[in-house]
Amino acid sequence: MSMPEAIAQPGAGAVTDTGPGGPRTAAEVLRPHAEDAFAHELAALAAADDRPRPARWHLSPRAVATYLLGGTLPDGTVITPKYVGPRRIVEVAVTTLATDRALLLLGVPGTAKTWVSEHLAAAVCGDSTLLVQGTAGTPEEAIRYGWNYARLLTEGPTRAALVPGPVMRAMERGAIARVEELTRVPADVQDTLITLLSEKTLPVPELGEEVQAVPGFNLIATANDRDRGVNDLSSALRRRFNTVVLPLPATPEDEVDIVARRVEQLGRSLDLPAPPDGAAEIRRVVTVFRELRDGVTADGRTRLKSPSGTLSTAEAISVVTGGLALAAHFGDGVLRPSDVAAGILGAVVRDPAADRVIWQEYLETVVRERDGWKDFYRACREVGA
Amino acid sequence: MTALAPARPPAPQGRAPGPLLLGVRHHGPGSARGVLAALEAARPEAVLIEGPAEADALVALAADPAMRPPVALLAHAVDDPGRAAFWPFAAFSPEWAAIRWALGRGVPVRFADLPAALTLAAGPARDDGEEHAPGADTAAARIDPLAELARAAGHEDPEQWWEDVVELRGDTDPLAPFEALAEAMTVLRERYGHGGHPRDLVREAHMRLRLRDARKEFGDAVAVVCGAWHVPALARRTTVTADRALLKGLPRTKTELTWVPWTHRRLARRSGYGAGIESPGWYGHLFSAPDRPVERWMTEVAGLLRESDHPVSSADVIEAVRLADALAALRGRPRPGLAETTDAVRAVLCGGSDVPLDLVRDRLVVGDVLGEVPAAAPAVPLQRDLDRLQRRLRLRPGAEERALDLDLRGETDAARSRLLHRLRLLGVDWGTPTGGRAGTGTFREPWRLRWEPELHVRVVEAGVWGTTVESAATARAEARALGAGSLGEITDLAERCLLAGLTGALPTVLGALADRAALDTDAAHLADALPALARALRYGDVRGTDTAALAAVAAGLAERICVGLPPACAGLGADAAAQMRDRVDAVHAAITLLPDPDLHPTPDPSTPDPSTPVADSPLVARWAGVLRRLVRGERVPGTIRGRAARTLLDEGWLSEEETGRAMGLALSPGTPPADAAAWIDGFAGGPGGGLLLVHDERLLALLDGWLTGVPAEAFTDVLPLLRRTFGGYEAGVRRTLGELVARGPDAAAPGSAALIPGFAADPDEERADGVLPLLHLVLGPEAAA
Repeated sequence: MSMPEAIAQPGAGAVTDTGPGGPRTAAEVLRPHAEDAFAHELAALAAADDRPRPARWHLSPRAVATYLLGGTLPDGTVITPKYVGPRRIVEVAVTTLATDRALLLLGVPGTAKTWVSEHLAAAVCGDSTLLVQGTAGTPEEAIRYGWNYARLLTEGPTRAALVPGPVMRAMERGAIARVEELTRVPADVQDTLITLLSEKTLPVPELGEEVQAVPGFNLIATANDRDRGVNDLSSALRRRFNTVVLPLPATPEDEVDIVARRVEQLGRSLDLPAPPDGAAEIRRVVTVFRELRDGVTADGRTRLKSPSGTLSTAEAISVVTGGLALAAHFGDGVLRPSDVAAGILGAVVRDPAADRVIWQEYLETVVRERDGWKDFYRACREVGA
Repeated sequence: MTALAPARPPAPQGRAPGPLLLGVRHHGPGSARGVLAALEAARPEAVLIEGPAEADALVALAADPAMRPPVALLAHAVDDPGRAAFWPFAAFSPEWAAIRWALGRGVPVRFADLPAALTLAAGPARDDGEEHAPGADTAAARIDPLAELARAAGHEDPEQWWEDVVELRGDTDPLAPFEALAEAMTVLRERYGHGGHPRDLVREAHMRLRLRDARKEFGDAVAVVCGAWHVPALARRTTVTADRALLKGLPRTKTELTWVPWTHRRLARRSGYGAGIESPGWYGHLFSAPDRPVERWMTEVAGLLRESDHPVSSADVIEAVRLADALAALRGRPRPGLAETTDAVRAVLCGGSDVPLDLVRDRLVVGDVLGEVPAAAPAVPLQRDLDRLQRRLRLRPGAEERALDLDLRGETDAARSRLLHRLRLLGVDWGTPTGGRAGTGTFREPWRLRWEPELHVRVVEAGVWGTTVESAATARAEARALGAGSLGEITDLAERCLLAGLTGALPTVLGALADRAALDTDAAHLADALPALARALRYGDVRGTDTAALAAVAAGLAERICVGLPPACAGLGADAAAQMRDRVDAVHAAITLLPDPDLHPTPDPSTPDPSTPVADSPLVARWAGVLRRLVRGERVPGTIRGRAARTLLDEGWLSEEETGRAMGLALSPGTPPADAAAWIDGFAGGPGGGLLLVHDERLLALLDGWLTGVPAEAFTDVLPLLRRTFGGYEAGVRRTLGELVARGPDAAAPGSAALIPGFAADPDEERADGVLPLLHLVLGPEAAA
C-alpha cells in the first residue's frame, strides 16, 4: 500500500475513455491496438453493415465475423483475415458475446487466443484496452476497483477516490472486458467473477453504491487448457462461460508456414544468420510434432501414443530456433538433424518414464522406416539412447 | 392418358382431380410431415410407394404392432442369398409415414417400383451384402438434384439448403412445398434427362404402368410417394406401349422378400449400406417431437450428459438453446439446424471439448435405435443359406447333444469347421469346441453339437449382418473389431477370423488391432496379445490363408514390446513379477516363431560363437538386446532377471562367463536374500528347469560353483530359498541332480572318485556325521527313515 503503486494504476487519474489511439499514429508505438491498426476496415464494415446490432455494438454479429474471417465488402474494401481457422469457431464466439454468457477461449499456447480476443473486443465495442493481464499475483482490485489513496486519505471514500478496474469500466460503458490467462489468476480472485457475471452487478460497499452493467457488457477470458499446476476454473465459474477451443493449425502447410515465419523473425532479433536451407528440417520438426500430437502418422495409417507435452506450434518454433542457434554457433551454419534432435527430445519427453517409451516407440516404428529420415533417426538415437 | 398437372391445392371435398404426386427426399422428416399433411388434406383412396412391386404382399405386416421401424424390405435371389437389395425405412421416412397412414385408414397400399426380380437380375451380383438399394437413394444419382438446386439457390451445402427450405419449414399450405419441388425437378429433368442413371427410365416406366393400373381401379384419388426426382417422369404423358416396350425382355430372377430389422447406425452414411443420412437420430427427433424441437433436443442431450457424469444444469440448457437460436440468426437460417445445435452443445454443455460431444453424436445424433419385425415375417435369407450349407455339409441340426471330431485335412471337415466357427462369431452357438487349445497345430478339432430351438431366433437376429453366413460373420467380426474394448479381445477375434476362414474381415480386424496396439500403454497387454498372434500365424499357415498382413502386425507388436517391456518390468511386486516372467517367456517363444520378412531364412546355421551372439533377424537381435537390458536392470525383479539370463544362455546369446558374472552379481552377499532366491527361481526354476540342470552340465557347474563359493555364515540364509526352487522339481530329477552333484563337476571325465577336487580318498566319518542334522532339516524327517 504505497502511493507510487496507486499512481501507477493505468488510467487512474486521466480517465481517457478514448483509449490511447487519439492523435498518435499507429507507427509511433511498437504495436498498435487492433482498433487503431485496422481502423479503416472497421469503418468500412460499419458503413456497409445494414444488419441489426445488439445494444452498444459497433457492428452487427455478422460483420464482426466478417472482420475476423476476412472478406470483400460491396464497396470493394478488402477485409484481411485476422484469424485463419474454422468459421464455426468465430461464429460461436461472436454469438456468445451477444448472449448472456461470457466467452472463454481455450487452447494450447500459440493458438491465437489473445489475438482473437483483442480483435473481437475491437470489432464489437471499438476498444480492446479494457484488459486484465492475469498472473498469479493478480489482486481482486485489478478486476473490480482500487482506490486513489491520496484522495481516499484526504476526502474519505468518495466516487472520485475510486479507481475502477477494467471490468468495472466495461460494465459502466457496456463494453467488452478482457481477462488474459484466467487460469493463472488465484482461485479466490477468479471467484469475484462468478457473481459479477451472473448478477451483472458490482457492489461498492465503501460507498454504499453498486455499479450495474449496461447492455453491451460482456467478458472474454482466455486460458491455457494444457498447463498443469494452474488454478483450474471452478465449475461454478465455468458455467458462466461458453467455451470455445481454438484448434492448432489444421494442415501441415499452415503450420510449417507459421513456424518458418516466426523462426525467421526470432532469428533476426537474435542476430542468427539465416540458414541456407532450413525448410526441410522445419518440415520434419512440424511433422514429428503433428504426428505425436494427433496420435496418428501423417499418412493416417499408423496410430501413435501422444506424449504428455503440448507439442504446440510455439514449441516447434522454439525447437527450430534452438537448433538454429546450435548450428550457427557450434555447427557449420546449416540446420541439421542433430541440431534439432535434442530439442525435440526435450519437448516430447516431459514425463521421463511414460514419454520416453512413447518417443522410442515412435522412433522405432515410424522414423526408422521412413525414407530419407535415416540421419534423423541416428541423431535421435544418439541423444536419446 | 391425360397429362398430370402438378399437384394443386385440394378441392373443398378433399378430392384432387388428378393423382397426387408427392415428391419427397427419402428419409427426410420434413418430407414425412409434409406427406402426412398432404395425405390428410387430400384423403386419397389408394397410396403408391416407391418400392419393389412384390412387397405388396408384405405391406400388411407394416401394421403389425410388433413391427417397429427402422426396418428394411429385403429382397434376395432365392438361389443366391448373397444377391440382395435393401429398402430401409425409418420412422421418419416419408414412405413409412405414408404406409402407416394408409394402413391405419384401410386405404390400399401398392409398391410401384420395378420388381426386385428385375432389379436383382440386372444388378451386379455381389456376395458382400453391401449392394446399395437401387431405389432407395435419389441423392446418390450421378447428377445430384439437390446439389443442383442448392447451387441454383446460391448455397454451397445441399444438405443444409434442403434442411432450410424443406425440413425446417413451418407448416402452412400442406401441398405448396410439393408443388414447388415438382416444378424445380421438372426444370432439372428437362436439362439433365435421367441424370446419369439410365436405369431410372425403366423404373419410371414401371411406376407409370402401376399408376395407370391404380387409376383404373381407384380413379384419380391416388397418391404417389416417390423420390422428388421421379415426379416429372410420372407426370409425363407417355403411351402404354412405349412403357411396356421399355420393360420388355428384361432378365428376371426368382426372388423372395421379407422385412428385416434395421438400425439407425445402418441408416447413417458411415456404415456399410447407408441410406445416405448422417443424423438419423436427429431426424427421428425432428419427426417425433411435437413442438419446440431444439428445446427438447437440448434437454435430451443434457440428460445423456448427466448420465455420463457431466454436470449440466437447467441454466446451461437454457443458454444452449439461446446460443443455438442466436447462431441460426447469425447464419441466416430459419431455425437452428443440427450444425447450430451441435455448436451450442459443444460451447455450452461440453465446455468446448469434443469428447462428450462424440458421445452425443454417437448416442443421439446417430442413435442406437434397433427396429423390430413381427415373427410372421418370412424367413431371412441367412436362414436359407444356413439350410443350404447344412445340407451340403451333411450336418443336420439335432436337439440331442452329440460329439463331432473333425479332421481338418479333409475338405468337408474343414468346411464344417469353418461353418461352426462362423456361426459362433454370429452368436449362434450350435457347436462348442471341446478339448481346449493345448494342441495347437493339430489337425483334429473336437466339437460338441446341440441345436437349441432359440438358435432359430439367433439366426433371425443375425440376419441384420448379412444374407449369407459368410458375409454376416464377416460384417459381425468387423463390427466387433471396431467396437472391441481391449487388445486381447481383438487378438482373440483375429484368431477366430482365421479359424472361420473369414479373410474378408481380416484387414479391418488387423487394422483395429494395430491401432489398439499402438495406443495401449501397458506393455503387459501387448505381451499377452503377441503369443495369440503368433499362434494365429501358425493356424494361418496350416489353413493356407494369406498371413502377410498378420505377420506385419505381429512384427509391429513385437517392436512395441521391445520398447515398452523393460520399463514395465521395473519395480514389480513378487506376484506381478512372476506374471511378468511368464510373459517374458511367452514373448520369447512368440518372437522366435515370427517369420522375419527381411532376413529369411537364415542362410548359415553353423556353429555360433556364444560370446558374440548371432541373431538371425533384426527383430530377434532387438529382443536379445531387451533381454540383456533386463539382466542388467537395476530395478528389475530377480525372477525376471534370472529368467532373462537363462533365456539368453539357452539361445547362446550370453557366454558362460557372462552368465556366471551375472549370477555372481545377483547372488552376491549385498543382494537381499529374497531377491537372490527369486533370481535362482527365475534362472533354474519353472517347469523343465530341473531337467535342464540335469542335462546341461554348464548350468549345473555354474550353480555348483556358486553354491560352494557361498560363505558358511550366508549359507543358512540361502538354503530355504534354494529349497523352494529345487523342491519344485520332480523326485527323479532331484535324485539325479543329487547324484550328479555327488559325483562332482568333472564326473564325465575319466578317472576315479579320488580325482574329484575337494574329496579325500576315504570318507571322514566324523565330518560326514556332522552333516546329518542339517540334511535332516533339509530333506525332512521321512528321508531319514
